[in-house]
Amino acid sequence: MPISPSDPTAPHRDPAAVPYDLAVVGAGPAGLAAAVTAAELGLRCALLDAAERPGGQYYRHPAPGLGAARPDRLHHHWPAFTALLARLDTQVRAGRVDHLAGHHVWTAEPGEPWRLHAVVGPAGTGSAVVEARNVLLATGAYERQLPFPGWTLPGVVTAGGAQAMLKAGLVLPGRRIVVAGSGPLLLAAAASLAAAGARVPAVVEAGDYLGYARTPAALGALAANPGKLAEGARHAALLLRHRVRLRPRAAVVEVHGEDRVTAVTVARLDSAWRPVPGTGRRIACDALAVGHGLLPQIELATELGAPTRTAPDGAVALAVDERLRTGLPGLWAAGETCGVGGADLALVEGEIAAREIAGRPVPTALRSARRRRRAFADLLAAAHRPGPGWTDWLTPGTDVCRCEEVPVSRIREAVEELGAGDARTVKLLTRAGMGWCQGRMCGPAVACLSGGGPARPDSRPLACPVPLSHLAEAAPRPSDGRS
Amino acid sequence: MTVDRTPARLADATPGPGHTIEFDGRPVPALPGQSIAAALWADGVLAWRRTRVGGRPRGAFCGIGVCYDCLATVDGQPNRRTCLMPAEPGTVVTTQEGHGRADLAV
Repeated sequence: MPISPSDPTAPHRDPAAVPYDLAVVGAGPAGLAAAVTAAELGLRCALLDAAERPGGQYYRHPAPGLGAARPDRLHHHWPAFTALLARLDTQVRAGRVDHLAGHHVWTAEPGEPWRLHAVVGPAGTGSAVVEARNVLLATGAYERQLPFPGWTLPGVVTAGGAQAMLKAGLVLPGRRIVVAGSGPLLLAAAASLAAAGARVPAVVEAGDYLGYARTPAALGALAANPGKLAEGARHAALLLRHRVRLRPRAAVVEVHGEDRVTAVTVARLDSAWRPVPGTGRRIACDALAVGHGLLPQIELATELGAPTRTAPDGAVALAVDERLRTGLPGLWAAGETCGVGGADLALVEGEIAAREIAGRPVPTALRSARRRRRAFADLLAAAHRPGPGWTDWLTPGTDVCRCEEVPVSRIREAVEELGAGDARTVKLLTRAGMGWCQGRMCGPAVACLSGGGPARPDSRPLACPVPLSHLAEAAPRPSDGRS
Repeated sequence: MTVDRTPARLADATPGPGHTIEFDGRPVPALPGQSIAAALWADGVLAWRRTRVGGRPRGAFCGIGVCYDCLATVDGQPNRRTCLMPAEPGTVVTTQEGHGRADLAV
């Protein structure tokens, strides 16, 4: 049967289905908290998540077949997760939450109701459409990367990736793993890797932890978040026990090896993150776990023109009001999408958003917990903001775009000889950011090397690869005039 | 304490019966629930793709399905994210050369 754009019985959507009250995108801490809270307040919810098991990246855990009796040892706050899972189970059984696992939402159509399009399954071969009166984006974050010579060698992995593979698959990329980059995630990653049996010769942090306590406002934010200080102290004690050396104000400036990592060179950095000549020191290792903080995953909203803000670490996040509304009617956000702030904050924001969507009062304690944790997150973000001098550790041959294999020399040529003045023009001239990952890995570096003004959200009309057949099916609604 | 620390000991894991997948023609052990990338890491394999331009080796980088570096040919299908695909008994993984579509070359 031919399908016309006006055909109300387009595939994969039950025409008799009543739109959900709320569709939550992402089943990490924020999404789980929001879905169970909203359902307990009487809303009918869909919880869409790309993964097969709930938890997001933070609560990523071993598959049941691995028979892990103590998954809690891979996590902090594991009881908070199991409590959420129990509540989710109750709501799923009661028919108030449909947990749509393996659903990766690739675009959101605004309207009354909103319509979410997803690819389904690990290979993305299935498709689904979900309608809801409200949409909550709890899509989390991914790691920010800055390139350096040798960062494409096998054995160089992201710090979060090393943790994810450990938490889900109980595996390590090597036996002797250097952890490097910037941000609080490095300490957590190093502690996990060491506890799992890796030798971690050093945690190489480009920022300066003393920076946390430089101003009275910063000291206030620290004092208001004693739990975070305790968490930091736990990591520090564990690292000490495993003889992990913390090297602040330093960076991995080169990776050595032919087909896999055999060593890294670590150099001291000045306050602008420029490597100090003559300070390079080689450390033997068979893997490097690296990352420079997290970037909110927000393209579903920014493609629709949702307003953004720039966090103190330069990352672009969704701008939300006190009620966690984005600038678009019916679109809400919670957790890392509003600015990276960790699981505690995500849980609080998920609950606030759900209460607001349900039209229920929000306890003052929740609002003040949110403000306190946001202040702490901003403090961390400022201390780990990449310094402008990091580009000094690049060589002309360093690949910036991993997918399209675009080296520094071609980007500099585009800027200096061809006159490109922003990341978009550099992309068009060099293909940097045009590959499979759509600039998620090289975006911050390309923007920096292009010298093109303040941070802007990357444009990604499709949030993940989508088969052409799905696009053909996903005809826009005739009523809203979009084409 | 003389027992070596391992991820499985940390999580006190007693996995179900293991199986094997095939990687470039040889058997690689896998545990139930592991991704293809995890099974390969456990076997000491870090690379299972050669890039299109430079022919350089690549394997898992982000581990969460974002970077697409871990692409391989799985059961004859190129460009599969091995960090997301489960290692099922008998899964056949081959190192992907470039875009993995040499069969379409003219």
